[in-house]
Amino acid sequence: MHSHDETDDENVYDALATADDDGRWAFGTGFDAGTAEIDAPVPDGVDRDDLATYCLMLADDALVASQRLSGWTTKAPELEEEVALANIALDLLGQARVLLARAGHLGAAEPYRGERSDGKGGCAGPQDDEDVLAYFRDDRAFRNVTLVETDLGDFAQTVAWLLVLASWRLALLRRLTGSRDPVLAAVAGKAVKELTYHRDYAAQWVLRLGDGTALSHARMQAGLEAVWPFVEELFTAHAVERRLVDAGVAVDPTELRWEVDAVLDQVLPAATLTRPERPAVGLVGGRGGRDGVHTEALGLVLAVMQSLARAHPEATW
Amino acid sequence: MVTSALTDARTAAEAVVDPEMPMLTLADLGVLRGVETAADGTVVVTLTPTYSGCPALDEMRHDLRRALHEAGHERVEVRTTFSPPWSTDWISDAGRRKLAEAGVAPPDRLGPRPAGGPVPLTLHAPSRVVACPQCGAADTEETSRFGPTACTALRRCRSCGEPFEHVKEI
Repeated sequence: MHSHDETDDENVYDALATADDDGRWAFGTGFDAGTAEIDAPVPDGVDRDDLATYCLMLADDALVASQRLSGWTTKAPELEEEVALANIALDLLGQARVLLARAGHLGAAEPYRGERSDGKGGCAGPQDDEDVLAYFRDDRAFRNVTLVETDLGDFAQTVAWLLVLASWRLALLRRLTGSRDPVLAAVAGKAVKELTYHRDYAAQWVLRLGDGTALSHARMQAGLEAVWPFVEELFTAHAVERRLVDAGVAVDPTELRWEVDAVLDQVLPAATLTRPERPAVGLVGGRGGRDGVHTEALGLVLAVMQSLARAHPEATW
Repeated sequence: MVTSALTDARTAAEAVVDPEMPMLTLADLGVLRGVETAADGTVVVTLTPTYSGCPALDEMRHDLRRALHEAGHERVEVRTTFSPPWSTDWISDAGRRKLAEAGVAPPDRLGPRPAGGPVPLTLHAPSRVVACPQCGAADTEETSRFGPTACTALRRCRSCGEPFEHVKEI
């Protein structure tokens, strides 16, 4: 019999983590260190905080949409659709990660860092800006448009949502490839190809369900109606966006309407669907998701996404 | 001396295989953007991801560091770059041959893409011919645009009946 040696009983995960000196935070793996573009200087004449906020806007659109889409995993109508929706979620998550890392490099993560409970310094939980920003901000600090946080309803509503979202983001990021900020330009350059696949996928399903049976048509039209009130906000410019448009960094969302309309005018008639006429929601006194004013739906999304990391902020494996 | 160390580091880095498509080396896949040595002897490898959310990127970095350590390079830094964006056109001829030999249909070469203007939307399935990597028949159909990895789509051969993966063009 020997006395309880505390090294024997230490958490086995700690031992694993120290064995190769490469312990990973349990809820994410950052890549902001050593990424050429993320360390790039702020372009001349551009306000650092504005640029950080704009990165958060585009990151949060992708992050929250990704979280919503991943809710279909294990529940999609067919295995192929489940794989497709998960792949689309993964692409959006990748876009979000780079943008969050850039926002963090510009200082956006600092208000959300904590101290380690064991007094060893550093921050509690993740070391990487992207993880701090994803898991430790409250809903009021998220800058996503309302559309991405809405409940996705049934599969028909999901593909209506995805058609609008992918068409809008494709139009936006295609223009952003010419941004003076090298990170925004680089993210956009990759994302355009991904979003083209996402839009194709959504358009094919809207067409198939809209021009399908009486039941699939009715549900496709209802899905489109449910999404429609959140479309108007996509074409509303925030003050930060307007300042950065002038600086050659951002895209003016009011310019995107015709391009999105052209896609919808191509898809909806072919799918025998009617363009909805429903009043816009999503803005309260002129303020919306870009200002941190959200619907209660975002709180539910974040509860699922953040609660485990917040309960165990220092977990590694 | 310095040159031979660099050559040796390049050889070691280029031989690392892709974690999701292990029939390809990272060099075949076209994701290795450079292997250099810094003034202090650190080997600096530059990688680019295939897709923004490619989950294999972290494993690639890990595998590169390990391969270079095993080849005797103590200090290794793996950097990532997103620009210019990776395209399936970066997959080498050797890589295309290895994919086909492993039963995965290689991507077509897209060549330079037109710049500017909205990206056109095609509502009918693209008429691209993807030959079956098993029997060579051209009569194949797409079963899912999205497959087990971010890079692949699922197809089925109408001639021999075999399902197969296709590295889809981006």
